[in-house]
Amino acid sequence: MTNIPMEAGLLLAGILFTLGLISVLIRRNIIFMLISVEIMLNAAGLAFIVAATRWAQPDGQVMFIFILTMAAAEVSVGLALILQLHHQLKTLDSDAANKMFG
Amino acid sequence: MENLLWLIPALPFAGALLLILFGRRMPRNLVAILGAGSVGISALITLLIGFQFLSARPDFYVQQVWTWFDVAGFTPGIAFHLDALSLVFVFVVTFVGFLIHVYSAGYMADEEDFARFFACMNLFVGSMLMLVLADNLLLLYLGWEGVGLCSYLLIGFWYKNPANGYAARKAFIITRVGDTAMAIGLFILFQTFGTLNIQAILSEAPQTWPIGSQMAVLVAFLLLGGAVGKSGQLPLQTWLPDAMAGPTPVSALIHAATMVTAGVYLIARTNVIFELAPAAMLAVAIIGAVTLLIAGCTALTQYDLKRVLAYSTISQIGYMFLALGVGAWSAGIFHFMIHAFFKALLFLCAGAIIIALHHEQDMRQMGGLRRALPVVFWTFLIGAASLAALPLVTAGFYSKDQILWYALAGERGNVWLYLAALVGAFITAIYTFRMVFITFYGEAKTHVSHPPGMVMVVPLIILAILSIVGGFIELPHNFAHLTLFSDLLQPVLPGIAVDETIGESEWMFQLLAAGVALVGVFLAYLFFYARRTAFEESIARSSLAMAIRQFWFSGWGFDKLYDTLFVRPFVYLANINKNDIIDSVYNGLAAFARSVNKGLSQTQSGIMRWYMMGVVVGAILILTISLLP
Amino acid sequence: MILAWILIILMAGGVLAWIAGRLNTTLPRWIALVATFACLCMTVYLWIELPASTDAVGNWIMRFQTPWIPQWGISFHLALDGLSLLMLLLTFFLGILAILTSWREIDTKVGFFHFNLLWVLAGISGVFLTMDLFLFYFFWEVMLIPMYFLIGIWGHENRTYAAYKFFIFTQASGLLMLLSILGLYFVHGYSTGVYTFNYFELVGTSFAPEVGALLMAGFLAAFLVKLPVVPFHSWLPDAHSQAPTAGSVILAGLLLKTGAYGLLRFVIPMFPDAAQAFAPWAMLLGVIGILYGAILAFSQTDLKRLVAYTSVSHMGFVILGVFAFNELALQGVIMQMITHGLSTGALFLLAGFLYDRLHTRDIRKMGGFWTSVPKMGVIALVFVMASLGLPGLGNFIAEFLTLVGSWQANNWLTVFATLGLVAATAYSLRIMQKIFLGNTANHPALADLSLRELMIAVPLVVLILWLGLYPQPVLNTARASVTEQLQAYTNPKVAEPAQAMLQTEASDSLTIHTLKGRTYEPK
Repeated sequence: MTNIPMEAGLLLAGILFTLGLISVLIRRNIIFMLISVEIMLNAAGLAFIVAATRWAQPDGQVMFIFILTMAAAEVSVGLALILQLHHQLKTLDSDAANKMFG
Repeated sequence: MENLLWLIPALPFAGALLLILFGRRMPRNLVAILGAGSVGISALITLLIGFQFLSARPDFYVQQVWTWFDVAGFTPGIAFHLDALSLVFVFVVTFVGFLIHVYSAGYMADEEDFARFFACMNLFVGSMLMLVLADNLLLLYLGWEGVGLCSYLLIGFWYKNPANGYAARKAFIITRVGDTAMAIGLFILFQTFGTLNIQAILSEAPQTWPIGSQMAVLVAFLLLGGAVGKSGQLPLQTWLPDAMAGPTPVSALIHAATMVTAGVYLIARTNVIFELAPAAMLAVAIIGAVTLLIAGCTALTQYDLKRVLAYSTISQIGYMFLALGVGAWSAGIFHFMIHAFFKALLFLCAGAIIIALHHEQDMRQMGGLRRALPVVFWTFLIGAASLAALPLVTAGFYSKDQILWYALAGERGNVWLYLAALVGAFITAIYTFRMVFITFYGEAKTHVSHPPGMVMVVPLIILAILSIVGGFIELPHNFAHLTLFSDLLQPVLPGIAVDETIGESEWMFQLLAAGVALVGVFLAYLFFYARRTAFEESIARSSLAMAIRQFWFSGWGFDKLYDTLFVRPFVYLANINKNDIIDSVYNGLAAFARSVNKGLSQTQSGIMRWYMMGVVVGAILILTISLLP
Repeated sequence: MILAWILIILMAGGVLAWIAGRLNTTLPRWIALVATFACLCMTVYLWIELPASTDAVGNWIMRFQTPWIPQWGISFHLALDGLSLLMLLLTFFLGILAILTSWREIDTKVGFFHFNLLWVLAGISGVFLTMDLFLFYFFWEVMLIPMYFLIGIWGHENRTYAAYKFFIFTQASGLLMLLSILGLYFVHGYSTGVYTFNYFELVGTSFAPEVGALLMAGFLAAFLVKLPVVPFHSWLPDAHSQAPTAGSVILAGLLLKTGAYGLLRFVIPMFPDAAQAFAPWAMLLGVIGILYGAILAFSQTDLKRLVAYTSVSHMGFVILGVFAFNELALQGVIMQMITHGLSTGALFLLAGFLYDRLHTRDIRKMGGFWTSVPKMGVIALVFVMASLGLPGLGNFIAEFLTLVGSWQANNWLTVFATLGLVAATAYSLRIMQKIFLGNTANHPALADLSLRELMIAVPLVVLILWLGLYPQPVLNTARASVTEQLQAYTNPKVAEPAQAMLQTEASDSLTIHTLKGRTYEPK
């Protein structure tokens, strides 16, 4: 194991997170938004892993497993919602779902 | 016999109650009998009690019917107190009231609301009797307001014409202004004496208040406020001429027997308080003097027969106030009684004329009625003579002469008051005979269609007799010297001391008064009966005379003044604030909440990316703030 | 126990009426009438039996107490004294009239209407009876919600707005009172260690002045809004004019009185120091209310709104009298509560009768009705006169006593309050003028009062006359509680003139006066 500096790991996680965030904000296709959220989750998971390696503690990896399970649940619920949305509105545009005005 | 005292006011009230409840279903005769009869029986009882009173000569009778209420030591009773002063008033109210009731049965015979009329008339007489018989000021106040209510109902009797309704409302509201002052006076009296029993107050007042003490003056002025309102004196006189909107018997009742004399009664009744307040006494005298002049001048210019009489009432009550103000108590009451006779007579005659001419009240449309209505003419002439105080034969002369004399020679009198009264007597003679000449002489202008029946004529004759004979019970002391009336009142009302230095020359002033009255009649003859000479015509037509006449005709502009000073601001204030400015504060609050709601609900657009943006911006903000040192 | 029965009958009757409403529309009316009448009978019985029982238990004629939530010191505690008794009589009397007047007026959701009506009455009775502050707040809310429905469902054209406004005003102020009740509970608990909502234990609590003022402010908020006092009155014209006739009668006749009752029962005895400090301001508010209400009443064209503003004006006398702290004024206030309930209730009933016939409340569209409806005219005249304070009718006694009492406390404010009588004349006569007098030409002939309507109106006339001519039974009933409420104020300084007053009165009853050297001896 070569020593990769922690800063690099965290930087990567930060960049991934920012990319995900930006794409959530600018994408209108709801499936891409879901994917972007996944990227953000994984960025956070990466940050946990890096930190766990740095301190040689297992907590970070435990947290990552939590995130994985939660992400799986979230994707299933999210996909179900997307299916419903598509079924109702015949579109994947998230802005079209403003019929209830909040 | 004195146990029947309570029946005197109770009978008219009972009559009124029966008429209100069942009057619409009764035959008209029964209504008239019930209405006039209940007052008639009251008059009979008054006579019986009066005879007993005069023979036994107690100071007073008191009868408590029940305790009205009892709170913290404040225990006014429904209790009646009869002494010489109340006796005079009760006698006039019941007797003249009865005659007016009888007359009304004829006068109102064609009216639709016969029962309502008699119910109100009975209520009126009952309230007035309550007023003069009350043994405490609160019960007096009940009668006082009751009289106001009845005047409202009767002035507005012909309610279909809105103008009558407004006249009625004006009468009620203006007298209520005075009543409010009086109510405040009652508060002070209660606070000081812990009771409103009149006799208790009168006996304790001299011990509590020294002469001229501030409280006594204040109370006297407040009571005067009430008196001025009810009696149509300056500055609250404006309702009285408008009160002519009611049927004529009502005017007779208001002006002769009830209502307007209530103020005179109140001041006479509380004479002890007024004696303690010289300033208030002076005010009473001055109000009387000024009112009698102003009202007299106004009467000169009116063309409505009833309005002339109305202003003459204001003027004559001014005389009574003047008498009370100079401390000539019994002279004031004497004039009240005589005035009740001849003013009732004049109004009833006027009513007979008006009904004979199909409700025509304008004197310019009358004329030449001397032949068409002889009885009315002679009785009216007697009444007019009495009002103008023609010397020796009329009752009015004796009563008015007394007032003139005490205004000069009484200890509180002075030359100015005397002069005012003398000029007033002169004006009275002119306007009275102006009325006689225009109405009864000259050429006939309207055809007489309804000559009065017996029911209307008999009261006229009785009152005419009283207007002459009534004066002979009290004659000046330089001839005959008869003092039946003032002796009767002696226990209740203090006598008056006369300035001895003028006392010698009383006959001179009597001659002067008599002369003034005769000259007045002669002037009226010149201007209104004989054809005017060019000189007289030029006086009458000059622009100054026209302007003065216009000013006087409008009642010296008081109506307009009050309208701009009080009525308009009140109505204006009420109208601009119709929707309640305070409510708009709350509505504003609601509108503010609603607009904030609107603004915030804009952010709930339903576009998910906006929400995300919100989250991100929020997170960045929180991070920034927490990372700042 | 009879006190609890009153509440149970009303509430059970309400539920029963609701259920019966599913069967037909007449049954709920009879159920409501019988329930209210039963309560009235019980109260009248208590009143007649009163003299025997007053001596036994002091001022309290009857008490009923059973634990409810003992760990917080809350109990189901009812008690009856003269004041509550009078208020209950008024409640049930007006309640019956309200039911009678709805007999023809209400034809939708009859069952639910009578449920609400009876529950409002129950809430009001509860407020007048309960001596546990927690329970008091409970009943305070109970009378609020059914009233909201009464206005909101059966009201006139603008009912939703009016119902919301009514609810928000009273609810918000009620919450402030709840804060004060809790504050009182904890202050009392800290100082004595006894945590209780019991009125009798709380009444003697002493506070630091600021605490007292703050707690009083909470109570005042609720009561002044309910009374209402200018500037918190603006819910009232809307609620009164939009409610159905029965609702207006109950609002004006009873709900406003709960505010006055609260002042008498809670504010006066619990916070003597704070109340005395606040008194001049309260009296000023009263005077402003009298004049402001009168001016507004004068300009209204909606009959019910006009009468509503006269209520604002008349309730000014109540607060003026309450804060004068003497027996005359308080007796006047109690009389005012009763007579105003009757006279304003009657005016609203008349407005209802007219609305029945004309389907408008706009007085510009009325006039000259005397010709066709003389009976209604006479009755209206009586109550118009009552509302301007004509002697011989109950309202005069009330206003005169209040003013005499407040004169002892504050001269100038009383002078202005008395001026209110002139303004009252102006607006009262305007009612007569616009509706019954004037020209009849462009109006259809109306039907005069029916037997049912006479049954409603005549008892009111009789009562108001009786109260005007012989109010002593009412004053006697209230006397004991008035003295009790004023206990905190009777210090030697005040007692002295009262003593002197009694002495002069004693000599009065002997009726022997020396008058200018003669004996005053009535026959």
